[in-house]
Amino acid sequence: MVFRALLIHKQDSLSSIMHIIVNGESQERGHPLTVTSLLESLDLHSERVAVEVNLKILNRADFTTWDLQEGDKVEIISFIGGGAPQQRN
Amino acid sequence: MSDHPFHDPLIIAGHEFRSRLWVGTGKYKDFEETRKAIEASGADVVTVAVRRVNITDKNSENLLDYIDPKKYTILPNTAGCYTVEDAVRYARLARAAGISDLVKLEVIGDERTLFPDTAGLIEAAKILIAEGFIVLPYTNDDPIVAKKLMDIGCPAVMPLAAPIGSGLGIRNPYNLKIIMETVKVPVIVDAGVGTASDAALAMEYGADAVLMNTAIAGAKDPIMMATAMRYAVDAGRLAFKAGRIPRKLYATASSPIEGML
Repeated sequence: MVFRALLIHKQDSLSSIMHIIVNGESQERGHPLTVTSLLESLDLHSERVAVEVNLKILNRADFTTWDLQEGDKVEIISFIGGGAPQQRN
Repeated sequence: MSDHPFHDPLIIAGHEFRSRLWVGTGKYKDFEETRKAIEASGADVVTVAVRRVNITDKNSENLLDYIDPKKYTILPNTAGCYTVEDAVRYARLARAAGISDLVKLEVIGDERTLFPDTAGLIEAAKILIAEGFIVLPYTNDDPIVAKKLMDIGCPAVMPLAAPIGSGLGIRNPYNLKIIMETVKVPVIVDAGVGTASDAALAMEYGADAVLMNTAIAGAKDPIMMATAMRYAVDAGRLAFKAGRIPRKLYATASSPIEGML
């Protein structure tokens, strides 16, 4: 819902729609979209994550200026409990 | 330091660690239990895994809200990586997400045993060391591999006691002893510990530290077991430093004969 509202708004301001894959999930987003804006829309703190775009790991300092493009594969990772293998279900 | 019975820090690549018990953060019921168990263990190094953020559940909590990176040294691992490429990729992501160049390098060779692929481990370690990482490798209880890891620049080696999560205890104490005598870097016994006596034994053999996860997280009372492990590691370390008496077949009286009626 929030994305749709965002898209309509973006379309009004002459931006276009693009498809990106975020953590394996296809998403429709307005273009332009920086990595910082993407993280904000997901309620993620940029200092807690690492971001990889098309297998390239970004410097945190570049998050604000990095423009995501149609078809980009984005991976957002963080630290989770570990040190032992996860149980297989 | 004040809550420690003796000042005996472990120093690895310039990092000083107070506790010789290192703990993982997996398999706990929730983050609150994780936090309490780690606090009870007295550990200052905690291992974490690197995974995709859950982007569908915005309310999902972050481990680092419970484990303060200012209070603990966060040691990311490459758990779950079966190839050199994956392990290197995860290590780089961990560095990008984290605070330091430390990585616990795992290249797993087989799903059933989770034994390390030591050839892949050495290859991945070389790549990461060249990029400035401080590589702490999870390795087999093989003295030759341990020496190779030291020679390429690993500032510590982490041989297993038994398969990860098996709780079998130290399966090959003689190999571990040979590793401790062969390498000149700290030896951290990693994986396979089942209960407190296993941890104490590892330290009595001369290990510089012990890393465990399942033995604590999988116990009926993880917080109580974390406390037990803390005492076991301290006891084992003190006994090692104190120097045990030799084993003899026959008795030696500890009360004097003189003065008897």
